[in-house]
Amino acid sequence: MEKKAILLDEKDNVATCTSEAKPEDMVICHGGGSAQVKAVETIPIWHKIALRPIAKGEMVYKYGEIIGETLQDIPQGGWVSHENIRSIPRDYASEYIMGKEGK
Amino acid sequence: MEFYGYRRKEGRPGIRNHILILPTCACGSESCRIVASQVRGAVNIVFNTGCSDVAANTEMSQKVLTGFALNPNVYGVVIIGLGCETVPHAKLREKIQAKCSKPVVSFGIQEEGGTLKTIAKAVRAAREMAAEAGLQQKEKFPISELLLGIECGGSDATSGIASNPAVGNLSDRLVDLGASAMMSESIEWIGGEHVLARRGATPEIHNQIIRVCEDYEKHLLAAGQDCRAGQPTPGNKAGGLSTIDEKSLGCIRKGGTRPIVEVLEQAQPPTKRGAIVMDTAGYDISSVTSMAAAGCQVIIFTTGRGTPTGNAIVPVLKVTANEHTYSWMEDNMDVDLSGIIRGEQTIEESGGMLLEKLHEIANGKLTKAEAYGFSDIAVDHVCRFV
Repeated sequence: MEKKAILLDEKDNVATCTSEAKPEDMVICHGGGSAQVKAVETIPIWHKIALRPIAKGEMVYKYGEIIGETLQDIPQGGWVSHENIRSIPRDYASEYIMGKEGK
Repeated sequence: MEFYGYRRKEGRPGIRNHILILPTCACGSESCRIVASQVRGAVNIVFNTGCSDVAANTEMSQKVLTGFALNPNVYGVVIIGLGCETVPHAKLREKIQAKCSKPVVSFGIQEEGGTLKTIAKAVRAAREMAAEAGLQQKEKFPISELLLGIECGGSDATSGIASNPAVGNLSDRLVDLGASAMMSESIEWIGGEHVLARRGATPEIHNQIIRVCEDYEKHLLAAGQDCRAGQPTPGNKAGGLSTIDEKSLGCIRKGGTRPIVEVLEQAQPPTKRGAIVMDTAGYDISSVTSMAAAGCQVIIFTTGRGTPTGNAIVPVLKVTANEHTYSWMEDNMDVDLSGIIRGEQTIEESGGMLLEKLHEIANGKLTKAEAYGFSDIAVDHVCRFV
């Protein structure tokens, strides 16, 4: 079956499914870019599908920004969730604008 | 664009004309509830501290209690204290009276000789105020007199994709009309703080936004808590949000795109007009409490999984883009934005629709949580009780 997903930015390697996707479903992504990918496992509604293979330790992008790194290899069409990605600590020191405030 | 509100001698006009029955401490809360139930037009706060607190907690509580009294939606205040709390009723009354000319009276349960005698006096005082408040006529005010608080809670993936950007568009529209819009929940900037900071009107504001996030993480670490372990919440994860970064990048979209002109501490009234951010907890009830105490007349609240929350003083307008949540919890949801997900309405159109809905609420239409009389409150804490 065909299913839909929202792709927010061309840089993203995941898209958000707007209904549950089952293995073999073709997921058509639209929004801030377009792509299609075949689901290889069940992905619950509002959860993320990998648009391409994402190796362990690679960055996951949504909104064109990093949302975390993978804890294991995730296949194309796989389910990306809190079970297989994690947040990376911030490097606040690098985010301040130097100058007047004298940080 | 104009709305009908209640003129106040100081500050912005109210969009409601409540008599606030305000406890100084937990021991006054039940009496306040009974007084409010006896007088039409009165609302009460349930306050669960006010005693045995460290100084920093007391300071926070006092900011919230005085802020509630000063909120433009409040016509007058009846305070009930016990007599042995940290800040007694007369002192709280004086603090409020020093900042406004609203009618304020106060009673102490120990002084009056118990709850029934206190309630009798407080009911009479509240009845007099409510009677007088009924005479006040609404007047027309420009929409620029509105201060909107922006909140999200029970988020899922639909929040960041649809309802938050729609509210962001509403925020931009309000700012362009000369009004102010306040976004809070600083823990939910973490992971997106570099994006939010780019909206800072000055390098100082940029750095303040980064600093707030860095300090929040450090504060939690001092208590042995990794912010990445508490965020996202179990409900967020079930709703498709996997990391704090993913949640934050969606959360910050509700604040729109206009330059941020001020970064506030919790419950601190703004001094500038435009897009404002406040350093509050990610706990939605606490965050709404702080924004109401800062003087917001109305709160817009996006949700994915659904929440019933309401505030006694400030109407809370609930919006969701999750089609199932809207239909399943329609008794708690005010606006359905699921058309964005289905591609039937744009973010821009949705922002325009939200402005119309907000205009109705400002003119007196009740939100669902308001009609039910919900009165949620949570005051953020710094430390254990002593």
